[in-house]
Amino acid sequence: MTDTSIPQPPKHTGALANREKRLAYAMLIPTFLIVIGIVLGPLLANFWISFKPVELADLRAAQTLSNERLRPRPEVAGEEVVLQYRIRNSSQKEPIQNVVMQDTIPVGLALTLNDSRCTLDGQSLNCAFGTIEAAGRFNLEIPAVVDQTYLDAGERPRDHKAVFTGDSENILTSFEFTLDNFRKIFSSDDFWSVLRVSLYYTVFGTLGALVLGLFAAQILNTAFKGRNVLRGLFLFPYVAPVIAVAFAWVLLLDAGPGGTFNAMLMQMGAVEGPINFLGQRHVAISILGFTFNFPMALTTVIAFEAWRYFPLSFLFILARMQSISTDMYEAAEIDGATPLQQFWYLSLPQLLGILSVLFLLRFIWTFNKFDDIFLLTGGAAGTRTLTVDVYEQAFAVSNLGAGAAVAVVVFIVLLFFALIFFKFSPQDEG
Amino acid sequence: MKFGTVDISAVLIGAVWGAIWMIVTGIVLMLVSGLIVSPLVGLAALAGAICGFVFLMLQFRFGRALTAIGALTILVLVLFALLSLGQPFGVGLDQKTLYQLVAMVLWAGLTALSIGMCLLGYQSGSAKRYRMELLLIRLLKGLAFVFFTIIVVLPFYVMLMTSFKSQQSLLANPLDFSIDFGQGFESLFRSYVELFTQYHFGSFLMNTAFVSVCTVIITLAFAIPGAYAVARLRFPGQAFLSRSILLIYMVPAIVLVIPLYAVFSQLGLRNSLTGLLIVYPATTIPVALYMLQGYFRGLPSELEDAGLMDGLSRLGVIAKITMPLSLPALASVALYVFMIAWNEFLFAFMFLDDLDLFTLSRGVVSLNSSEVPRQHLMAGAVVATVPVLAIFLWFERFLVAGLTAGSVKG
Repeated sequence: MTDTSIPQPPKHTGALANREKRLAYAMLIPTFLIVIGIVLGPLLANFWISFKPVELADLRAAQTLSNERLRPRPEVAGEEVVLQYRIRNSSQKEPIQNVVMQDTIPVGLALTLNDSRCTLDGQSLNCAFGTIEAAGRFNLEIPAVVDQTYLDAGERPRDHKAVFTGDSENILTSFEFTLDNFRKIFSSDDFWSVLRVSLYYTVFGTLGALVLGLFAAQILNTAFKGRNVLRGLFLFPYVAPVIAVAFAWVLLLDAGPGGTFNAMLMQMGAVEGPINFLGQRHVAISILGFTFNFPMALTTVIAFEAWRYFPLSFLFILARMQSISTDMYEAAEIDGATPLQQFWYLSLPQLLGILSVLFLLRFIWTFNKFDDIFLLTGGAAGTRTLTVDVYEQAFAVSNLGAGAAVAVVVFIVLLFFALIFFKFSPQDEG
Repeated sequence: MKFGTVDISAVLIGAVWGAIWMIVTGIVLMLVSGLIVSPLVGLAALAGAICGFVFLMLQFRFGRALTAIGALTILVLVLFALLSLGQPFGVGLDQKTLYQLVAMVLWAGLTALSIGMCLLGYQSGSAKRYRMELLLIRLLKGLAFVFFTIIVVLPFYVMLMTSFKSQQSLLANPLDFSIDFGQGFESLFRSYVELFTQYHFGSFLMNTAFVSVCTVIITLAFAIPGAYAVARLRFPGQAFLSRSILLIYMVPAIVLVIPLYAVFSQLGLRNSLTGLLIVYPATTIPVALYMLQGYFRGLPSELEDAGLMDGLSRLGVIAKITMPLSLPALASVALYVFMIAWNEFLFAFMFLDDLDLFTLSRGVVSLNSSEVPRQHLMAGAVVATVPVLAIFLWFERFLVAGLTAGSVKG
């Protein structure tokens, strides 16, 4: 029970707080709008498209096209001719409803209307055709008589293009749904191997970048002359445009004549023939009598990923290492801990937080990565990941719906990982 | 005298450095001079091993370590010259003599220096575990230096040098990256001249610069007020926003590309720079907002309160107090966004069809065909890389501080 004699703080928000609230929303609204419009909207739209039988060609709306001419070509006044319209629906899949044609008839052409669908109003011809089926075509023929003014004026039917209006159902906005896209991608043999390649690429690419970054941070943690120069240099792979570095590596690793790296290896006597780093799916390697297939192209692509993103983890790990207090190491020195023991028992536990945050972020971003593999191999030779598959399905095979379905799978797998990570990630960092 | 673990290590370390530097200088010699070499790695390891041992014996006889390293350089040089019968790189010294001699001296100097830095302060005999581990770590760090420098520099070096070569000489000897200055300026830069005169790279460059700068401006215009609101103003949902804004950045671009392609096609925005200027800021605003709000939070709010007291409006406070105080953060965010927009590939590739509208990313991809010689492709890559690397080096300090302070990536 509250004692009414003690003044209570006001429950409603005051005028000042309201003003602050309104100001905050006003300042955030532009960001909200663009994020909803370009990120969240398309995200939902992608789900929508994944349930639709839509192909790349369907993005062009169905149109009524026509071709008009006079038969035969009139030569004398009073000649009877036929005005012919050849009309067709441009779309192979969608009917067009309520098609109305409007055209201007040349002067001196007297039409004899025999078609109930058409009306003539002065020089203006109006026809209502109703529905034209998908890929439907028909001819409209109207008898006419030419007089001298037509021959003199020189105006021809084609001088005025017939204008059509009509309602075609846009496949993107219709309520026609299908599960075919999902059925198609899940039943294809490739899908599970694509998923597996994605996981390999993500796990090893992430670990590779992290381990390289850890080593790079170790060697730059001590102060020496030229450290800043070296730090800048080590960031180059990350800062340079992906197209530039990807093509540089493609040329460097080229298996044909002119491939520098292979020429180098052969000159050193390390290999006998050129290795097709980016074009070969498997290389048989036998160790101790066991022969196994080493996934060549996938490994190269993973190495590229580690190369390109080690600078990022190196930067974060270095920043964390420099913030570790030196007292601990001094105490450990006095206690006689060796350098490797210091690294294992002092540095690593201190770095665990940033390492796990980096692993989480890089894992998600590597999973999302499209450019690198697309530019290096185009998804060939066993390097097709889910993201490359989205592109392949949607734009190479021209099946937008199937591409969107793969994109849905990408998003769901991502969501799954994100949930796992947020459940198990340490709370102190990030 | 009794030999122990240190002596064994010295011999091994010497052998490793001798071999490593022989491979490295051999490759460098090959790339720079165009000479086909087959370096005598085994012999170099042997010479290095002997030097490692000699350094251990010598280093306290000389007053300073530097003198010892100098003496060692000469020793290893002579030793190796004798061992290799005057053919250190497997070819007669009469070919490209100057290059070979320089490479030899370089090899000897680097080997001696590396051995010296590893073994500094060690004496013949046995050492405790601590000292042995230190030795191992010195060796590993040195190797890591060489490894990282090579993997970072090699692709960029090949990219740059290929752009100066001709197709015939590239196919004839893919290891020859020597530059023939005798051919004259015009012939040397022919790839670049052709890119700008025949392949429209001038307009690609302008388009990319335009798109990148506009993206930076739009992003900052949206993110500064937004970040200030999240950092300073109290409103329902503030805590949620400040934590969840970065989640937007986790949404893969490939998931957005199909719907955006479909909608932009119907709106006529697809094949236009305007389309890119809508998409790019949308992907950069969340991360810019996140970085900035972290920085704004760290600023002392007393300064802003004083401004409010003195009669400034909130917007006045942002413009006159908050923004000048956060210039370093603004610079790092601007640079970061610029980098993202300049390097962006996926949307430029999907959206742009007209040659006049191509950005550099899109333009370089169009060079990747069998009809275009590869030196043109590499020249295009250099044109795309140089501006962004130059700006990065100029502002590196800001970027590094901003990236790590905001705890984000790209």
